[in-house]
Amino acid sequence: MNRFLLSDRSFETINHTVLLIVVALITYPLLYVASASISDPAAVSMGRMWLWPVEITFDGYKRVFADNTIWRGYLNTTLYTAVGTVLHLVVLLPCAYALSRKELIAKPLVLWIILFTMLFSGGLIPTYLVVKGLGMLDTIWAMVIPNVVGAWSILVAHAFFKQTIPEELVEASKIDGASYFTVFLKVVLPLSAPIIATMGLFHAVSLWSQYFNALIYLSDQTMYPLQLVLRQILITSQIGDIGPQGGTHPGEIESLAEQIKIASLIKYSVMIVAALPLLLVYPFLQRFFIKGVLVGSIKE
Amino acid sequence: MQTDKALSVVRAPSRLNKLGKRFVKNWQLYMFLLPALTYFIIFHYIPMYGVQIAFKDFFATKGIWGSPWVGFEHFTRFFKSYYFWRLLKNTLIINVYQLLLFPLPILLALSINEVKNGAFKKWSQTLTYAPHFISTVVIVGMLVAFLDPNTGLINNIIGALGGEPVQFMQSPGWFRHIYVWSGVWQHLGWGSIIYLAALAGVNPELYGVAKVDGATRLQCIRHISLPAILPTIVILLILDLGHFMSVGFEKVLLMQNTLNAATSDVIQTFVYQSGLLNGQYSYAAAIGLFDSVVNVILIVVMNQVARATSENSLW
Repeated sequence: MNRFLLSDRSFETINHTVLLIVVALITYPLLYVASASISDPAAVSMGRMWLWPVEITFDGYKRVFADNTIWRGYLNTTLYTAVGTVLHLVVLLPCAYALSRKELIAKPLVLWIILFTMLFSGGLIPTYLVVKGLGMLDTIWAMVIPNVVGAWSILVAHAFFKQTIPEELVEASKIDGASYFTVFLKVVLPLSAPIIATMGLFHAVSLWSQYFNALIYLSDQTMYPLQLVLRQILITSQIGDIGPQGGTHPGEIESLAEQIKIASLIKYSVMIVAALPLLLVYPFLQRFFIKGVLVGSIKE
Repeated sequence: MQTDKALSVVRAPSRLNKLGKRFVKNWQLYMFLLPALTYFIIFHYIPMYGVQIAFKDFFATKGIWGSPWVGFEHFTRFFKSYYFWRLLKNTLIINVYQLLLFPLPILLALSINEVKNGAFKKWSQTLTYAPHFISTVVIVGMLVAFLDPNTGLINNIIGALGGEPVQFMQSPGWFRHIYVWSGVWQHLGWGSIIYLAALAGVNPELYGVAKVDGATRLQCIRHISLPAILPTIVILLILDLGHFMSVGFEKVLLMQNTLNAATSDVIQTFVYQSGLLNGQYSYAAAIGLFDSVVNVILIVVMNQVARATSENSLW
């Protein structure tokens, strides 16, 4: 009995230690980026900054916020995310609700049509040709329509409706002469806040983070979402306007070394500016996200 | 109501008629399906129809329908090309590598599940989920910054230990490790959610009984926790295998450069390059179709295997 208690205690110690190390390893890069974004870039590149900020400077943020491309990217992304999320819900919810009604005789056929798209797709090129053929290139529609809804979301929402909307309530309203449309708007939707939040959030996050659709469907730089602007700054290193030349002190000539340092400071600041909104918001909405993962895993 | 009754008396109650009437009566319900079905037809089924350009020589002026048939020409050209094996090998290796790390989120979930301190448990969950909410572009931006040979964190550490700076992002030898492990960093916590939920569903009495019988914590994990999440593991494994060949190509594309192309060239990035950048629509569509077909075969086979060996399967 004693041995068993002891082994349990050492298990506990080992488990806690390992978990703590894993959590620290996952958190560290985020903390590092945050600290680097307000530390003197020389200290960062020399390795003098390793956890907390040193020789604090807000130059990076000043340049990022003074930059039009980033603001425009932010605005575009906000617009695409808002419009895209509303469209997603408008397409998703009625369809999922209809599928949850047992009087829908075509249900197996419709489900099959939807589920088959999970298994097989025409691929990148034919999809691109359809979007192009519809004249959607370089319009907001290319950002919000080609992925407006997925089979997975429909399955999840349909399972939710089936489980949570009380049949008696729907029947009672129908006897009162309400149409499906009225029942859906007045009875079903008010009861569906959790699924609306979950589905909306999932879609909003994916719209906020996507870059590939913008890469292939947009050529007009003024329409670029934030992620494409970030790609230029962070990966292809086109610092461009926000770079040292067009910085906060016009006319002041900065040395090449200075330019490189500022460029790296800007990169860290940009990462924070781009990632912070979601990182700040998600802990408060965590339960909705988790619900989404879990409902999605329920097997039919 | 009365006319309804009258009609049903007059008409022969054939099955088709009944169905038709139910359809008409519930027409509004069908309107609910319309937006989604229209979307699926236009953006999924028309491209499936359009994939025929893989067997044609597509000319924009002639359209999909008017372009001439060439049979399997694009496929044979792809299979015979020198880069076919390279693309296939890179795609397979990166996915197998990723798949081998499949147990990591399970281990994390088991570990978190054993923590009795509520605050520690909650914080370790919230913190490990965080990277999931960072966009791919920012993740790759972080990689570029951290792995920079002159100013990056990793090379600073290597330098402090007396080593020579490594050109991580430009090296074919490092590409797979960077790609896969940064993915582990990003999705480890998120991937554990589903297992944690399955573990939360285990009857606590089981652990109590086992304890009375003298089982250690590790034995409890081995004989109670693991079997409880086994069905979840099987399903997720099948799903992972289902998009085996296409996973993560958007990140690969961002990490790719001419210097690491020897290992970072995968089928999907090649489709993008040859199709959208070089305008070889038909050729790229053929490669994409090859990829889709392999995926379908994989998921069907995996599902059969799962059904034969356990009672868990997708269908």
